[in-house]
Amino acid sequence: MSFAYPGGIDCDIHPAVPSLQALLPYLDEHWREQVAVRGMDELASIAYPANSPLTARPDWKPAKGPAGADLVRLRREALDPFATSLAICNCLYGVQLLFSEDMAAAFARAVNDWMAKEWLDRDPRLRASIVVPPQSVERAVDEIERCAKDSRFVQVLLLVMGDQPLGKRHYWPIYAAAERHGLTIGIHAGSAYHNPPTPVGWPSYYTEDYVGQAQAFQSQLTSLICEGVFNRYPNLKVALLESGFTWLPAHLWRLTKYWRGLRMEIPWVDRAPTDIVRSNVRLSLQPVDGPPTSTKEGRDSLLRIIDHLQSDELLLFSTDYPHWQFDGNAVLPEGLPPDLIRKIMIDNPLATYSRLALTAAKEPVR
Amino acid sequence: MNVQIRDIQAADPAAGSRMAIADGDIHPARKSDRELFPWLAKRWQDELAGIGQRYRQPYQSGPAYPKSQPNAARRDAVPPGGGKPGCDLPFMQRQHLDPNNVALGILNPLGAGQGLQNPDFCAAMCAAVNEWQIAHWTSQDSRLKGSIVVSYEDAPAAVAEIRKWAGNPNFVQVMMLSRTGEPMGNRRYWPIYEAAAEAGLPLGVHAFGYGGHPITSGGYPTYYIEEMTGHAQCCQSGLTSLVIEGVFARTPALKLVMIEAGFAWAPSLAWRLDKTWKTLKQETPHLTRAPSEYIRDHVWWTTQPMEEPEPREHLLDTIGWIGWDRLIFATDYPHWDFDDPATALPLRISKEQRQGFFLDNAKRVYGVA
Repeated sequence: MSFAYPGGIDCDIHPAVPSLQALLPYLDEHWREQVAVRGMDELASIAYPANSPLTARPDWKPAKGPAGADLVRLRREALDPFATSLAICNCLYGVQLLFSEDMAAAFARAVNDWMAKEWLDRDPRLRASIVVPPQSVERAVDEIERCAKDSRFVQVLLLVMGDQPLGKRHYWPIYAAAERHGLTIGIHAGSAYHNPPTPVGWPSYYTEDYVGQAQAFQSQLTSLICEGVFNRYPNLKVALLESGFTWLPAHLWRLTKYWRGLRMEIPWVDRAPTDIVRSNVRLSLQPVDGPPTSTKEGRDSLLRIIDHLQSDELLLFSTDYPHWQFDGNAVLPEGLPPDLIRKIMIDNPLATYSRLALTAAKEPVR
Repeated sequence: MNVQIRDIQAADPAAGSRMAIADGDIHPARKSDRELFPWLAKRWQDELAGIGQRYRQPYQSGPAYPKSQPNAARRDAVPPGGGKPGCDLPFMQRQHLDPNNVALGILNPLGAGQGLQNPDFCAAMCAAVNEWQIAHWTSQDSRLKGSIVVSYEDAPAAVAEIRKWAGNPNFVQVMMLSRTGEPMGNRRYWPIYEAAAEAGLPLGVHAFGYGGHPITSGGYPTYYIEEMTGHAQCCQSGLTSLVIEGVFARTPALKLVMIEAGFAWAPSLAWRLDKTWKTLKQETPHLTRAPSEYIRDHVWWTTQPMEEPEPREHLLDTIGWIGWDRLIFATDYPHWDFDDPATALPLRISKEQRQGFFLDNAKRVYGVA
């Protein structure tokens, strides 16, 4: 099934760092030397094993090197087929996984400068998320301040599994900086692997790791809401990326029920979690973690679950390029009503990313 | 589907209690640890009094996330003669079993030593608690059935305990806690599942416990509400592991009852498992069917804490996807988040659905006439 939606805004694509070598020009002398002297390896996370079918759709996989590293292919495979007007680049190079906060800060800076020069400068449709080192909140804020000057950066990128739950006050300076600059907080699938990737320890199979991302998103949503992040930063928008979305209704039913019973513990949460999500939280479309829509029963069930979301403003168009979430151009599940499609493709992304409306005038990152 | 939702105000408060019901989650407590002494060797009596019960959590007694109520219990469930809520059978009969017309009550003892750091102490406590369930509860009230608590981190000891009680009509399931030291499908636990299947007993996995890992995959949260909500994620991970490791494929007779874990997350998890499995199939050749099929055939769910969407009719979609034959009503008596059978399911459903939900599904899975 062919699908193109002129003006559509893709909220999750993954340009890849081709190799550590490509970042060397963006590191200072000290770190260039560290890379060489220590024989540093690629910072490629086990969250996306290089040759797993999920990491690269077969027809998007190059003969050599990581998928998503080539701008020409990205245009041809991710942008042109869908008539995408803007696409937000979320670089998943494993900066957040390091233990040294200095090293993480240096690599975050390198990735952002590389992103601006190698991608944003070369295609006016591209926007990006600021990679920050959550290992050091202070340095993360510094990096936000540095990159926010470039209006093509529209979001701050965090991984869904880090050292501590993301609602903790420890991280609030990051949210304050994001709110100050009109940057969305994007929480993307993936782990620093500083904690076991499930609440019951390390699983045996990669399948479990990927399925488990949905549970991680549930926990982080709980944390952000219960800690009062949205009470303190009411204008903050949080986008859950590559999160799936069919888990959301059941999770909110549970959380809202416990909130009714336990709100004495978190009295600052003065609205039901369901309402907070409607005003402050958005989710990317792919992977669609619903029933297969090849049958009428499946399509009906998917529409029921979308009805359970009780809002047509929550979902954001995404291809998750080059990850393998759909075949051909069938990025939208079958059977969605046209009004909802327009919301998903254009209106919701524009409402979520206020910086998309800014002039895209190039302001080089220092 | 055209669904009428019954207004709770207009519901007849006695409607739920008129029919006989099963309660899939009742928590009996002991008045004191001395109740276990008849079945505890002197060494373990001394251990209780000396080193004490050390779990993979920081405090000697009481949780690091203080509960919302003393003992996480209903205030009105404290027996008139004192003691912990749930420790007094006549009072439990008067307050819960009789007025709610509980025909079948499943006992899930917490604080039974499951998850103690010392594996021998753990096994000794579990063995004593099993004896205690018969002496103090199931032999005193035929409506009550016990759960064989086992030292699941030590599979050989757990298997021995299951075999000891296999065929004993006082017990209708083998019980584990959800917060295991390794994901539940890990092969170190397989002998337990084989022994349960061999004994013809379902495996009941009750939320909670201390496996030594943070309750989120992103570290320890701050609040009790996060821990309570988080048990659902924890149970999703455990179930994912059971399915993907092939436990149901290898042990086709195994029945699993997820207890106090929530159930509305099941369809979404099953869809996600199917989609991911389809892409990554090469990794799990031991699975011969889609993950959702294993879940549909092997898993039951107790209902408390019942998810409460607004509008409530959304729950009918969810239960439809899970299967009306798979839910087992539960109250969680005497805990604070007790679901009242009179108000827990304010939805217009068929007589057969109601009968299954409140009684027959439990009777079938637990093999009770």
